[in-house]
Amino acid sequence: MLEDLFKTVRSRFDVDLKSDRKNKVSIPADLLFKCPRCGNVMFMEDFNGANKVCSACNYHARLTARERLQMTIDKDSFVEYDKDMMSKNPIGFADYEEKMEKLRQKTGLKDAVITGECTIKTKPCVIVVMDSTFMMASMGSVVGEKIARAFERAIEKKLPVIAFTASGGARMQEGILSLMQMAKTSAAVKRHSDAGLLYITVMTDPTTGGVTASFASLGDIIIAEPKVLIGFAGRRVIEGTIKQRLPDDFQSAEFLLEHGFVDMIVERKNMRRTLSKLLRHHGYPGNTPDL
Amino acid sequence: MSNLTAWERMEIIRNKNRPTVKDYIPALFKDFFEFHGDRFFGDDHAIMGGVGSFKGRPVTVIAQVKGRNIEENKDSNFGMPHPEGYRKALRLAKQAEKFHRPIIFFIDTPGAFCGIAAEERGQGEAIARNLLELSNLKTPIISIVLGEGGSGGALALGVCDELAMLENAVYSVISPRGAASILWKDASKEKEAAQALKITAEDLVSLGVAEEVIPEPAGGAHNNLELMVEHLSDYLERTIPKLSSEPIANLLENRYNKFRKIGEFTE
Ligand SMILES: [Zn+2]
Repeated sequence: MLEDLFKTVRSRFDVDLKSDRKNKVSIPADLLFKCPRCGNVMFMEDFNGANKVCSACNYHARLTARERLQMTIDKDSFVEYDKDMMSKNPIGFADYEEKMEKLRQKTGLKDAVITGECTIKTKPCVIVVMDSTFMMASMGSVVGEKIARAFERAIEKKLPVIAFTASGGARMQEGILSLMQMAKTSAAVKRHSDAGLLYITVMTDPTTGGVTASFASLGDIIIAEPKVLIGFAGRRVIEGTIKQRLPDDFQSAEFLLEHGFVDMIVERKNMRRTLSKLLRHHGYPGNTPDL
Repeated sequence: MSNLTAWERMEIIRNKNRPTVKDYIPALFKDFFEFHGDRFFGDDHAIMGGVGSFKGRPVTVIAQVKGRNIEENKDSNFGMPHPEGYRKALRLAKQAEKFHRPIIFFIDTPGAFCGIAAEERGQGEAIARNLLELSNLKTPIISIVLGEGGSGGALALGVCDELAMLENAVYSVISPRGAASILWKDASKEKEAAQALKITAEDLVSLGVAEEVIPEPAGGAHNNLELMVEHLSDYLERTIPKLSSEPIANLLENRYNKFRKIGEFTE
């Protein structure tokens, strides 16, 4: 039946999607969503209507930072920090500037993270949202600096921080400077923590590498979305080391919960309410009752 | 300083006779006692640590262990720590804080180990925890890269008041081989990647990441261990008292700013 659907769609649109060689049929990328976890195919309209969650396996697919903000915070409550900050090319890496410029045009983002202040059901917080559409949300100077400043401003204003993490790791085009952002952000988390303030991490797809090995793993409370990828080393690197295939659930949110590195897994549809109630538990009652 | 390329320096640090921390510890520290275990899971031989005396002053020494032969390398996992190694390092660092001893970290690792067990036990969390705790640990910290400083696995012992590099040591966010295969889909371009990533001691000083380059004997540390030890000893003799005389509040503020100011951007 699905095969038939593909054929119909193909005859109508005749678009080739290279990544779908396995099924020998082509999916027009803009009309259908194919789940990278279970292969389930959904109409894009249904997928979008379901907050971009796979109806078969409950995989919580990637969101842009703007989509995440819209889904999470109170309407019109967002005041963005440092929105014009842009990376230089500190080690003179070939093609880096051109690559970033293209991505800026394509995504409308200046770099891979948006930070600012907002309210969630009237409770104020500083929010950090990474966006994997910009160089897989790798952490370079701008990501590190914006996150460090977000924590420092939260200390000044005595606000909690909520960070939605997603990252492929360090931004290697910035060489050693990108590695040092791990130390910089972790030190800022420490100061915020020592000030007695709440920090909640929400790990989204994918949270890996240097971001997992720094601020993402340092929340007072660590939440993950269902089925997302969370880990330090890349799957292929590990498979190369051990010379065997890893089980499918390796480095999933559920795997991390099982091993004690995540406090709870929260579905997207419950995220806003959950964050709101956690803020209330930590002394931010807001102006409206939580339902 | 000699005018070698990043790749030529990598060949020097890969020399099988290059001294390791097992050569340096007995030569630099008197009455060294090694302490074992993270108190949670086990004892990782990729990181060793303990207490010894440097010119009459007790210090805590924590080091990544490269083997000098296959047997030693099997035992120390080629210097690639598991989470329990980083947790042992943190335990000993906190012990140093309690007893007001300066800490000397020796970095020499291709990186944190990538494997199933390492993920199950939270490699990311272990490194992150070290970065957080060391950023505010109330005792002087010196980190010295002896050979290879491999990414986050090195940084977990590299949050410090002063970072020094041996003259031929390298410190990189990713191995040149890894960078070449990801960026250019061609691992054989690792020489070019080594150059492009700016990983030498000199590069790190000019990028504001390292404070000092410790000179090596001509041709590399393996050519004259005694002279290398002398240079290391001179460096520590100058640096430990300098950091120890700093009031703790200043020291911590400077440490925060050392990392805080790294990064280049426009706004
Ligand atoms: Zn699915």
